Amino acid sequence: MMNKQGRSTHGAADEHAHFETISGDRGLDHEEPLIFEIGRLGKCGVDLPEPEIKHDRLGGLRRRGTVGLPGLSEPEVVRHFVRLSRMNYAIDAGLYPLGSCTMKHNPRLNEKMARLPGFADIHPLQPVSTVQGALALIEQLAHWLKLLTNMPAVAMSPKAGAHGEQCGLKAIKAAHKAHGQKRNVILVPESAHGTNPATAALVGFTVEEVPANERGRVDLAALKAKLGPNVAAVMLTNPNTCGLFENDMREIADAVHKAGAYFYCDGANFNAIVGRVRPGDLGIDAMHINLHKTFSTPHGGGGPGAGPVVLSEALAPFAPLPLIVHYDNGFKLIEDDAEAKARDLKPFGRMCAFHGQMGMFVRAMAYMLSHGADGLAQVAGDAVLNANYVLASLKDVMSAPFGQGPCMHEALFDDAFLKDTGVTTLDIAKALIDEGYHPMTMYFPLVVHGAMLIEPTETESKRALDDFIAVMRGLAEKAQGNDKSRFQGAPFLAPRRRLDETAAARKPVLRWTPSAKSTAQAAE
Amino acid sequence: MMIETRYTKDHEWVRLDGGIATIGITDYAAEQLGDVVFVELPKVGKAIEKGGEAAVVESVKAASEVYAPIAGEVVEVNSAIEGEPANVNAEPMGAGWFIKLKVKNAAEVGALMTEAQYRDYLKGL
Repeated sequence: MMNKQGRSTHGAADEHAHFETISGDRGLDHEEPLIFEIGRLGKCGVDLPEPEIKHDRLGGLRRRGTVGLPGLSEPEVVRHFVRLSRMNYAIDAGLYPLGSCTMKHNPRLNEKMARLPGFADIHPLQPVSTVQGALALIEQLAHWLKLLTNMPAVAMSPKAGAHGEQCGLKAIKAAHKAHGQKRNVILVPESAHGTNPATAALVGFTVEEVPANERGRVDLAALKAKLGPNVAAVMLTNPNTCGLFENDMREIADAVHKAGAYFYCDGANFNAIVGRVRPGDLGIDAMHINLHKTFSTPHGGGGPGAGPVVLSEALAPFAPLPLIVHYDNGFKLIEDDAEAKARDLKPFGRMCAFHGQMGMFVRAMAYMLSHGADGLAQVAGDAVLNANYVLASLKDVMSAPFGQGPCMHEALFDDAFLKDTGVTTLDIAKALIDEGYHPMTMYFPLVVHGAMLIEPTETESKRALDDFIAVMRGLAEKAQGNDKSRFQGAPFLAPRRRLDETAAARKPVLRWTPSAKSTAQAAE
Repeated sequence: MMIETRYTKDHEWVRLDGGIATIGITDYAAEQLGDVVFVELPKVGKAIEKGGEAAVVESVKAASEVYAPIAGEVVEVNSAIEGEPANVNAEPMGAGWFIKLKVKNAAEVGALMTEAQYRDYLKGL
């Protein structure tokens, strides 16, 4: 075997490649135990002074036993987590094709800005006069979000996409209540993110599904037929989870409003249209914006999400507290109902204790300012271009159910190309791990069979896309070439082989219990 | 008399015996779902409308509702599959049944697909 540079990948030591090491580690692949198995009870990595307790006020609640936390020195802790991190996959390590997740690069400039002491070292309970700069930044970000969506108001505090959905639906519920309406049904298309029906149920609504048409879009006639006096809102994602633009938006909005309902848009895929389409122009009433997708703030294991919600004129008065307002000497916060009422506002409550994810606001603002309005329009353009490049490069060897036209930011494939091969979508995902990639999104959306959803984002270069496409083509050809053994049991080269997901779900082990050996050690 | 099994487009089966209908999901549905890891069944005594939610089934791939193909009152549920969801995959048409309904209108069962019709329906998928 030769690698891409033409050098042999078979070293002289190849014949020894399968021997067992004494340590159990394999070169740079460390077999890392759990922290509870390395640490020792009673050991402490730092010298802490004995606490001086003058009056014990715990009464009978004083702890008698040990806490049971493992004791490790600082280098042991650092090594443990560095070793674990090396078994992991990250956006900083490679392309992350997870569809519907928008795993784009997190620019280092964002990180630098978020670490400025004026943003990083402040506390939400500080006097408002000492955090005027932070409030100004939240206000400016809010202004940009309103501008980009052409919506009059925005609630900044929701801390994730689903939290934003909850905020939007609570505003809708409050609005119906204020108008004396008792509507309890939310219509959700069958291609929706799972969070949509879950949010509707959490806020106390009943969910009804709207089918998709043969073009992968919402079936307009079916939607209209379901609208009625009980429908509180329609939740729609645009572009939808098939990676397609819902092109009946105005007509849907008109029908929804005529029926006395509100139009919620799941903005998870806003990255495909930012700077090009303003959702306010499409007639929507509420939409959350995932700053951790569209505006490049970290997510997954990398950081918390942030899901501000833009609101229409009709819903704006119901926005949750706190609200930032201008006054003579800068900004202040409206924190209670009485103050809000004096301004003719009817906040439905609060989404969280304070004003939201400050660190993510700084990162998102840095991203917006470094791109500018024209740059953001290009972000959407490049994201769509990259996804279409993937779609066009793979649709002859894979099967694209809606591949007759272009897609938006993500390319959807089904498992028709695997028919009668004995290879499944899951097998392809696992084989992709062997090839050094995180798997694409699989078995979602549910509207196509054995779905594989690939979202490259705008941050991948043509070279990175070509490498990924070559791997996907190779796997598709192997699957069709009856090379089943390549897939069954994959991954072969990961730190762990294929895990038994069924057993993990049916009989989950949720708590670590000490082995006899570690119990004996602790007793020493 | 042999008890006939009827089928729905949502891949459920119904077996009517003396006014009590046993309902489950078909072999095809069980295979499509993949390994079932969780089943939520209704309470005995619950009245279910035709098309109403009768159960929730969750597999390694997805979670989905099982809708009642006919109206009736729940008289018995198969608690065994709540503890051992693997039964649904092992014997979907037998030990993996979901619920028994006291049928409101037996004609609703007659309107469902026969086995031959269901087989044809599967061929078209």
